[in-house]
Amino acid sequence: MLSLILRRIGIAIPVLLTVITLTFLMVHSAPGGPFDEEKAVSPEVLMKLNEKYNLDQPLTTQYFDYLSDILVGDFGPSFRYPGRSVTELISLGLPVTFELALYSILFALAIGVVAGILGALKPNTPLDYIPMSTAMIGICIPSIILGPSLILIFGIWLEWVPVSGWGYMPGDKLLPTLTLGTAYAAYCARLTRGGMLEILNQDFIRTARAKGLSEIRVVVVHALRGGLTPVIAFLGPAMAGLLAGSFVVETIFGIPGLGRFYVEAAFNRDYTMILGSSIFFSFLIITFNLISDLIAAALNPKLRD
Amino acid sequence: MKLKILYIVPLLLLFSCGDNARPVELSPETKILYLGNGTEPKDLDPHTVTGVPESKILMALIEGLVIRHPEGKDPLPGIAKDWDISLGGKEYTFYLRDALWSNGDPVTANDFVYAWKRMLLPSLGSQYPDMLYDIVNAEEFNKGLITDFSLVGVKAIDDKTLKVTLNNPAPYFIELLAHYTTRPVHQPTIEKHGEIDSLGNQWTRPGNFVGNGPFTLEEWKLNQVIKVKKNPLYWDADRVKLNEIHFLPIDNVSREDFMFRSGQIHVTSSIPTEKIEVYKDEYPNNININPYYGTYYYRINLGKSPLDNKLIRQALSLSIDREKITEKVAKGGQIPAFSFTPPDPNGYYPPTRLEFNPQKAKQLLSQAGYTEENLPTFELLYNTSEGHQKIAEAMQQMWKETLGVNIVLTNTDWKVYLSRQNTSDFEIARAGWIGDYQDPKSFLDMMVTGRGNNLTGWSNETYDTLLVKASQSYSQDERYNYLYEAEKILMDELPIIPIYTYTRIYMKHESVKGWSSNLLDSHPYQYIDIE
Repeated sequence: MLSLILRRIGIAIPVLLTVITLTFLMVHSAPGGPFDEEKAVSPEVLMKLNEKYNLDQPLTTQYFDYLSDILVGDFGPSFRYPGRSVTELISLGLPVTFELALYSILFALAIGVVAGILGALKPNTPLDYIPMSTAMIGICIPSIILGPSLILIFGIWLEWVPVSGWGYMPGDKLLPTLTLGTAYAAYCARLTRGGMLEILNQDFIRTARAKGLSEIRVVVVHALRGGLTPVIAFLGPAMAGLLAGSFVVETIFGIPGLGRFYVEAAFNRDYTMILGSSIFFSFLIITFNLISDLIAAALNPKLRD
Repeated sequence: MKLKILYIVPLLLLFSCGDNARPVELSPETKILYLGNGTEPKDLDPHTVTGVPESKILMALIEGLVIRHPEGKDPLPGIAKDWDISLGGKEYTFYLRDALWSNGDPVTANDFVYAWKRMLLPSLGSQYPDMLYDIVNAEEFNKGLITDFSLVGVKAIDDKTLKVTLNNPAPYFIELLAHYTTRPVHQPTIEKHGEIDSLGNQWTRPGNFVGNGPFTLEEWKLNQVIKVKKNPLYWDADRVKLNEIHFLPIDNVSREDFMFRSGQIHVTSSIPTEKIEVYKDEYPNNININPYYGTYYYRINLGKSPLDNKLIRQALSLSIDREKITEKVAKGGQIPAFSFTPPDPNGYYPPTRLEFNPQKAKQLLSQAGYTEENLPTFELLYNTSEGHQKIAEAMQQMWKETLGVNIVLTNTDWKVYLSRQNTSDFEIARAGWIGDYQDPKSFLDMMVTGRGNNLTGWSNETYDTLLVKASQSYSQDERYNYLYEAEKILMDELPIIPIYTYTRIYMKHESVKGWSSNLLDSHPYQYIDIE
């Protein structure tokens, strides 16, 4: 287990360094700069700004300055929001995005695991077909369609929930959770069904049933542990995907999360913010993949080596 | 069967929210105004910000010498209760009223001197210093030619008297003082959190902010909401009916539309283009289409041949059917432009007319020595947006039909679009300009030789001289006459081709009172109520 962790960390460092270097190069080679404004900025002011943000230095100097800054945890000031550091912006957006991702994954697990178990217990019956085909639809509908549809139905026509915000009005967290969680619920359902079907056909389950254990005990105690392995393996990338990919949902519902900061930073050429959030997202993805591998290894002896 | 209950949980949660009353429904009681406010403000420092969303919030937080009239007429007294104009319009003496900062300190004439010094300090890097360039030596100080601020024409005679000396009689000076960049700041607060010229000073954060406006800064949640609360120390607090205003940053027009329809905001900042026609029928009492002090135009790069030929530019302009564009393409009540400066019904009314005359256009083209065969292809640059795209396509077609010229459409993201214009790497580019104050100078001055936003490479000595003469004239009529002449030159030379005058199109809930339409789309909140 320890060697697995060490090996992963060993790989993570060059990966992060590559991410930093590539992002740095791409950001600086993109046409248009952070200080291109509609109202022309005078050359004197532009010079002042470049000096303040260290942009008057050669690119290599900027690169190594940046590297040495992030080593001590300084991601620099944001170019878009004077007086705010990248660290401040990330720490503002992260809890929101994390909360949204967490609710979505809980929703996905609750719906997905139940539907998957039902499908596996009664394969090829309506109890299997209906949830599974619904799951297929769930996977196929992009959030950009699902979100506005939910808004229209529950927000505008039925007037049950607010259509925008996050913690600004009661009930405003529901629609974003549903929108973001649905596709993942569908994946969970299909993975659970597959995993459970495989386990339910194994000898030890037959033994358990032969011993006269109740069906619930067979499923919950014996089958779930192995049957959920694919879902658990999926959770890490899913969590990372939810954190990094919630931008669309954040935009649809006006959620002040990290995804929105990230994409806006790209449009604003907020160099430090783009770099800072890219590094941060890479770090998250690496970490969550590692965690999910560790959990999977703990659950499944076959994966330990 | 137990498991099925899990399906019902989310639905139950949904139902449980059924009795939520919407903020807008409750607002006649709560007196909270909810406004859609475009993009997230960069900052709330009047001397460093440049955007419209910032200006809407600053209007609640800081008051200058004068305030904008709620109906768009001449500005009303603000911190200055009165003023004298002498020396042929070159000297202004402002008498300040007994107003207080939100921490209880009195607002003094020195606060204005300090603020204007800060604004003009080259080291602050303000992008709007030219707002004060009419003041004696202000430009010199801003450009670092002089370093002694006492030479600049602004003096505090005593705590309540401010004297301003101008280079020229500038009849628009009072109008200009309604702009947020000329508002005072509280010196001890600025210096508690940094230097006079430090960028990104933390004084604008809630808790730190000290203002003198009708509202105080209560909360600022990035990408979520800025809340301001009624300021009991405001000099005209009795007039203020609202308890709070929530400025919601909404950069997505569909979301804003949903929020309005579900009663989460009172006023939107725009409407999805495709819904304008529908809403005219569905929400006739809510949809607002008002003239706006701005022009949508095409910028021509005179550095690219044959666009340096005036006849070609005239031919391009003559082949545009502006009425067709406003009625069939833009469809938001826009007014076909007949000049660069938008017409102001209370004052300046440009004398020019931009006609649609394909016959004459063809004639001019051949006069310039070009035919369909030898005319090069032009690139039309615009920033990615459905609205700009539709207009660009219409223009492409009109120019093709009339002149046979081929136009390649290029859309880029905002920053690339700006950077290509700043580096003269374009042939024809879409542009728009909204006047900062209600005076033709805020448009015509832009086309003077070498101005930062000229960007066309166009330079005309007579035009420049006319603008100088206009700024030296004391009588408004005389001044307008010079500007009319300048406008005629501009519309004959056409380094820019105006297309239409903007309109402000937005939704407003019927409970909002005291919100009148005006050219600058400025709505002082102390005149607004919710009933």
